[in-house]
Amino acid sequence: MSDVTLLRAGDRGWLLELADNVAALRVARRLGAELPELVEVVLGHRTVLAVGDVARDTLRATAERAFADRLEPIDVKDVEIPVRYDGPDLDEVARLTGFAAEEVVARHAAPTYTVAFLGFAPGFAYLVGGDAALEVPRLAEPRERVAAGSVAIAGPYSGVYPRASPGGWRLLGRTDLTLFDVERRPPALLAPGDRVRFAPLP
Amino acid sequence: MTAVEVLAAGPLTTFQDLGRPGFGHLGVPPAGAVDPCALVRGNRLLGNAPGATALEATLVGPRLRFRAEALVALTGAEVASGADLVRRLGAGEVLDVGPCRVGARVYVCVRGGFVVEPVLGSSSTDLLTGLGPAPLRDGDVLAIGPPPADPPAEQPPRPRAPAGGAFRLLLGPRDERLTPAAVETLFTSRWRVTAAANRVGIRLDGPVLELSRHDELLSEGLVTGALQVPPSGRPILLLNDHPTTGGYPAVGVVDSRDLPRAGQLRPGDTVTFAR
Repeated sequence: MSDVTLLRAGDRGWLLELADNVAALRVARRLGAELPELVEVVLGHRTVLAVGDVARDTLRATAERAFADRLEPIDVKDVEIPVRYDGPDLDEVARLTGFAAEEVVARHAAPTYTVAFLGFAPGFAYLVGGDAALEVPRLAEPRERVAAGSVAIAGPYSGVYPRASPGGWRLLGRTDLTLFDVERRPPALLAPGDRVRFAPLP
Repeated sequence: MTAVEVLAAGPLTTFQDLGRPGFGHLGVPPAGAVDPCALVRGNRLLGNAPGATALEATLVGPRLRFRAEALVALTGAEVASGADLVRRLGAGEVLDVGPCRVGARVYVCVRGGFVVEPVLGSSSTDLLTGLGPAPLRDGDVLAIGPPPADPPAEQPPRPRAPAGGAFRLLLGPRDERLTPAAVETLFTSRWRVTAAANRVGIRLDGPVLELSRHDELLSEGLVTGALQVPPSGRPILLLNDHPTTGGYPAVGVVDSRDLPRAGQLRPGDTVTFAR
């Protein structure tokens, strides 16, 4: 019985496919803690990329041990992100979803999100657990520049741009929080599994 | 510390060492020299630590004035004065590296290494995220560190690797997204390096690789050397400044022994993939 599929990712890597994000997070933590020979352990939505000189059987056995203690609580933190909901795409999201702009804000600020994984840019967290009625596609043409601190949505995800960059997500608002700081340990404010709430500023 | 004036930076010259692996889970690309063999070789020639910081110049090397005597190695791409060259420069002397004749990136290593404020343990410039020092500009003044304890080392002459050529490719993790005919096409076609080639990745031109499924993958981790196939069917070979995650399928990964050569590919070069 196995809940993990191992796919080759080059001569120094394996991609582990798991049933869901929670399983992937547990496996990523276990691999990172137990296998110092791994150079990178990169969590995806429901995958873990393991890079380093490690045998396939070792990876599989370590991943399977992570399931054995699935009741052990994962150490996560709660983060509140204050947001000024005045983003340039708020009205368009309202039009796409059929809600008034205030309703979009209320629905975006209501849930407690979970950090699924980090990617795209340093400190960029993919947040899941949002209101399904707010699912909108990415912009057809990405913006060349999205300001740092922009709070955005695309598909099932919410996220905050840690620094100015190109981007195709729809911008609902801004936060002053620093999402990524190379002088901070850890540099990223958000870690996989963290619980996140958005607090609307007046 | 010895100082070096940048008289002409060239089109794109960055500081590179062996990068910042180990931060992929935070969304931080590995960065580092895209031809690490050339970087390490240059540093060994000078007695430096293998990953001492050097300049990585793209297509055209910089023009530098050394304010004090220095020992310099040029490795990687072949320039007018040759390849794998060690030169002693006197105080006030100008080093004009010039254009790359064979290969795309020449490494300018100095005994003592260039001194740059490290970010997350590395002095590498990461062009995707902007981490690390900015690319070189005309007029910059660079600092060289103290000489290492080791003396400069003799190295046997290196056999010249041809530009382009065959790259061993291991299928996976998402090769099942290619039709069987596309797998055949991948290994039997000649692929041309397009002008869209940088430290993030190299777009290849050739026949369209037909995907068996067009739904996007949930974002997953990517390795350097991965061959991504976007919906257009035109593959992209990812280099060191690649995004850490992505939703396009990575259908294969170039063998780590061949990957440093990919850092020397220039627009117009032809490559093939071998199983």
